[in-house]
Amino acid sequence: MIETRELCKQYGRITAVDGISFRVEAGQVLGFLGPNGAGKSTTMKMIAGFVAPTSGGAKVCGFDVEAQPLEAKRELGYLPEGAPSYGEMTVAAFLGFIADVRGLAGERRRQRIDDAVGRLNLGGVMGQSIETLSKGFRRRVGLAQAILHDPKVLILDEPTDGLDPNQKHEVRGLINAMAKDKTIVVSTHILEEVHAVCNRAIIIARGKVLADDTPDKLEARSRYHQAVSMTVANVAAAREALARLPDVDSVEVDPQDQRITAFPRKGRSIFGAVGDLLKAQGIAVSELQLERGRLDEVFRSVTQGAAKEGARA
Amino acid sequence: MNPIGIVFRRELASYFATPVAYVFIVIFLLLAGWFTFYLGGFFERGQADLVPFFSFHPWLYLFLIPAVAMRLWAEERKSGSIELLLTLPITMLQAVLGKFLAAWAFVGIALALTFPLWITVNYLGDPDNGAILAGYLGSLLMAGAFLAIGSCISAATRNQVVAFILTVVVCLVLLLAGLPMVLNVLGVVLPQFLVDAIASLSFLTHFQAIGKGVIDLRDLLYFGLMIGFWLYANAVVIDLKKAD
Repeated sequence: MIETRELCKQYGRITAVDGISFRVEAGQVLGFLGPNGAGKSTTMKMIAGFVAPTSGGAKVCGFDVEAQPLEAKRELGYLPEGAPSYGEMTVAAFLGFIADVRGLAGERRRQRIDDAVGRLNLGGVMGQSIETLSKGFRRRVGLAQAILHDPKVLILDEPTDGLDPNQKHEVRGLINAMAKDKTIVVSTHILEEVHAVCNRAIIIARGKVLADDTPDKLEARSRYHQAVSMTVANVAAAREALARLPDVDSVEVDPQDQRITAFPRKGRSIFGAVGDLLKAQGIAVSELQLERGRLDEVFRSVTQGAAKEGARA
Repeated sequence: MNPIGIVFRRELASYFATPVAYVFIVIFLLLAGWFTFYLGGFFERGQADLVPFFSFHPWLYLFLIPAVAMRLWAEERKSGSIELLLTLPITMLQAVLGKFLAAWAFVGIALALTFPLWITVNYLGDPDNGAILAGYLGSLLMAGAFLAIGSCISAATRNQVVAFILTVVVCLVLLLAGLPMVLNVLGVVLPQFLVDAIASLSFLTHFQAIGKGVIDLRDLLYFGLMIGFWLYANAVVIDLKKAD
């Protein structure tokens, strides 16, 4: 369980984090979204107990990170931004060091290291020094370090940054596998990741929470939500016919690939009507899709809206 | 195992995982030998003691110890591993002490490797081994004080070169404060009690006092306080600057 209340951080006159409050329960995977410099990493550093907040506070499993730092840190697995580690150490020595600091000993130590190494496929590089590893492997060493003591709370700052698509898929699988009984916070600016791993998403910009919802509900805020996109042979005829449908608000044609998107009036569903219309008019359709809503569009409108307000203020 | 011990072990192993340790030890031994035999006139003096060996240690340490200390925290900050270290369940004091003790032990190893010199004087004559032991103790304590200063300054920057230069300057000031020529000049403009106070702050005064073979509690206390003060400052500096 993670709880933050009115978390603020100021660097001189710059406010990096401005009153962030949220609560994440076990079983939740929270995606932390925001443009670069929004305050994602600073918030995570404060929860992890690395940076002291200017005001407000954070609790990990009920332990205040400032008043009871050791208890809070014991419950926490943390992957800092950029997955730093000690480059001159071998992977085996590094994980051994973390296991010692985490107080793992004997059979359990061996078992936990084997588990983390297995989950992240590090078996082949155990004897290599970390600085000679590729970026993807270094990130996985950082992840192994974070999950080594099987913590109740995981904070992962950009866990898939620098990984290739296969590795990304594996790491997402890893997070999903651990999600059931842990509290996980993942920061990312890869929006597809939110769908793949998160059951809740918070969008922050300029240090403030702008949206806090499930990924599905965030997508429903998109104007693409329930819109219908299609590729047809006769673009002009289809466009004209679609515009005449009563529930269609507007029709747009992508200038690049000539794909047509029909947007419904608020709260209406047009998929059936569009299908019937195309059939009735005998328009040849090579592809037809009901849009769920586009997270990147919601992200842009939410964060850029905030930027404009900020510029005005 | 105690967290200090775990940090200590990791840190000490990291010296030997890179060429740093070997370069340092070789240079230290070469310079120590050169100072002793050429500048110190070890043979020409015709005395079976290690005075020429120890008397150059302050100047040897002035450049070699900052080179060991500069990486202690500056490198952690530069690579970002400081964020990892300080979010593990250990206290700041344990982290500072573990790293400092590792660096100190490393210098201690280098110092211990000068043992052939001790064998040599014992072979050549009949030295006062008590005084030699006291010399080693004083040398080790002085190295600890240099290291504590270097560790603190290293925490204030992520640039190792800056850490090195600043540490050399601070250590030089603390050494010079005990040189007779500096004290004589100061004696012209300052009242005697101030000159005495400055002299008593110097490494040189206390190192030479121990080196005579007289282990005075005040000299031990001086180095203990010096190390304690700079390590405390070290922890404060890290707390203030760790996230920059």
